[in-house]
Amino acid sequence: MEALLSNVDWPEIGIASWDTLVMVGMSLLFSVLAGLPIGVLLFLTGKRQLLEQPVAYAVLSFVVNVLRSVPFIILLIVMIPFTVMLIGTSLGVAGAIPPLVAGGAPFFARLVETSLREVDRGIIEATQAMGANVRQIIFGALLPEALPGIIAGITVTAITLVSYAAMSGVIGGGGLGDLAIRFGYQRFQTDVMVITVALLVIFVQVLQMVGDRLVLYFSRK
Amino acid sequence: MIVFDQVQKSYQVDGRAIPALHPTDMTIENGEVFGIVGHSGAGKSTLVRLINLLEPPTGGDILIDGENITRYGAAELRAFRRKVGMIFQHFNLLSSKTVSDNIAFPMKLAGIYSKAEIRDRVQELLARVSLTDHATKYPSQLSGGQKQRVGIARALACRPTILLCDEATSALDPQTTQSVLRLLSEINKELGLTIVLITHEMDVVRRVCDRVAVMDGGRVVEMGPVSEVFLHPKHPTTRDFVFESENIDGQELQEDLQKASGRILRLTFKGESTYQPLLGSVARASGVDFSILSGRIDHIKDTPYGQLTLSLVGGDLGAAMNALEAADVHVEVVR
Repeated sequence: MEALLSNVDWPEIGIASWDTLVMVGMSLLFSVLAGLPIGVLLFLTGKRQLLEQPVAYAVLSFVVNVLRSVPFIILLIVMIPFTVMLIGTSLGVAGAIPPLVAGGAPFFARLVETSLREVDRGIIEATQAMGANVRQIIFGALLPEALPGIIAGITVTAITLVSYAAMSGVIGGGGLGDLAIRFGYQRFQTDVMVITVALLVIFVQVLQMVGDRLVLYFSRK
Repeated sequence: MIVFDQVQKSYQVDGRAIPALHPTDMTIENGEVFGIVGHSGAGKSTLVRLINLLEPPTGGDILIDGENITRYGAAELRAFRRKVGMIFQHFNLLSSKTVSDNIAFPMKLAGIYSKAEIRDRVQELLARVSLTDHATKYPSQLSGGQKQRVGIARALACRPTILLCDEATSALDPQTTQSVLRLLSEINKELGLTIVLITHEMDVVRRVCDRVAVMDGGRVVEMGPVSEVFLHPKHPTTRDFVFESENIDGQELQEDLQKASGRILRLTFKGESTYQPLLGSVARASGVDFSILSGRIDHIKDTPYGQLTLSLVGGDLGAAMNALEAADVHVEVVR
C-alpha cells in the first residue's frame, strides 16, 4: 500500500481538496446569486411572457450565449486581466473564482429559464386573476413552483463547477485539478492522478445525491 | 351588473387581425348564474377573460356596476380583480402550497388582511367546501373534485362579488360534476354572488344557470332564459347543443318521424303542468289517438319540465291542441 501510493502527500491532498471545496462553494454561491435574476429576466422578457421585451431578451440571450459558447479553458485565460483588476491576482483559489462565476452564472441562468418555462401557464394566469403584481407573481408563484427544477439546476451547475474548478489548475488555480496537473501529469505520478480523480468522483457523487434528495423533498407533484 | 357595450377582441397573427370575439352587447344581472355555451374555439374563453381583463378588449367598453373597467390603471385593475374570483378547468392550484396556503394565497397577495383574519377565513372556507380534514395536504394528494373545491374556496377568499368559472367541471367525472355544480348553486344563493360559467355541456347550463348565451364563431348567436333557449332553440348551433345533451341523434330522429303516421306535435310542459294527467284526458275528450315518438322529463335548474314528441291520428285534432294550450302546454306542429 505504502509503495503503491509512494508519491501521495496526504496533507497536500487535504489542502487541495479543501481548496476545491472553497472554489466550488464560492463560485456556486455567486453563480446562483447572479444567474437566478438573469434567468428570471430571460424568462419574463421572453416571447408571450409577462414582460415580453424582444430587444432586452435578445441582448441578454446573446451575452449568455457568448459566455456559454467560449470553451471554459479559453474563458479562464481571457478572464485573467479582468480577474486581476477585480481581486488583484489571477492565481490561487481567489483568482479562480471570477472565471468560474463567468462560466457558471450564464449556465445556471439558462437552467432557471427552462425550469420557469415548465411552470404551468394556468398558475400564472390564476395568480394574475387574483390581482397579483409582477413581483408577487415571481416570488409568490413562479419561484416556489419552479423550486424543484431550480434545485436540480443548482446541482448540475455545482457538478459543472467541479470540473471547471479542476480545469483552473491550468492557470494556477489551486485545488485538486492543480495537483493532478502538477504532479499527476507533469511529473508522471500516476498514483496522485488516481487519488485526485477518485476524490473528484466522490465529490460529484455526493453533490448529485444531496441534490436529488432536495429535489425530492421539495417536489409536491 | 356586467355590461358589454360593443366589446370586441382580435389577435394579431402575422400582422393580420384574427377576430376572437365580434362586437358584442350583453348584460349580466347581479346575482344571476349566467352560462356561456359553445364549442372549443367559439370565443367563450376569450369572453370570460374579458370580464377580469386577463384579455384586454381591442374595442368597446366593459362596465361593471357602472364603472368602465377598460379605463382602469394597473393598481385599480389589481384591486378590481380581487373582487372577481375565478376557477379553472385544470384547477391551477399551486402545487408547492398546501390546501390552506392555496386558499390563503389571494388574501396574502391583497396585503390588507391580518394573519388572524386570514386564518379564520381559511377555516371558514375549508368548512364551507368540506375540506377541513385536508387542510395540510398538497394538491397532488387530492382528487379532481377536491381540487376544484379548493379552487372554489380560493376564489371566494377575498369575498368577491363575481365568480368566473372557466370550464370548471370539464375535467371531472359526472358524479363529481354534480357535486361541484351543487356547491356553485349553493354559493350563488347564500352569497348572492354573480356567477359567469362557460362550458361546452348544455347539461351544466340546464342544471345551474338562469340565463345562457350560445356562442359560435366568435359571436353570441342566441341568448335568453335557459328554459326558453333549452326548450325552444332557434339557432342551429343551439339545437345541436340541446340534442347533444339529450343524446338525440338528429338524423335518427328525422327517420323516426318519417315512419310515423298522422300529425306530429312537440309538446312542452313546464312547472306544474308537468305533473298533470293531461294527455289521457285530452285524448279521451277529443277522440285523438296518440303514440309517443320521443320524450324527456327532467329539471331546468329547479323547474320541472317535460318535452314529448307525439304522432296523432283521428279525432278532433284542433280541439286537442286547444285543450293542451289551455292547460299551459306549449304546442309546436312538427309535421
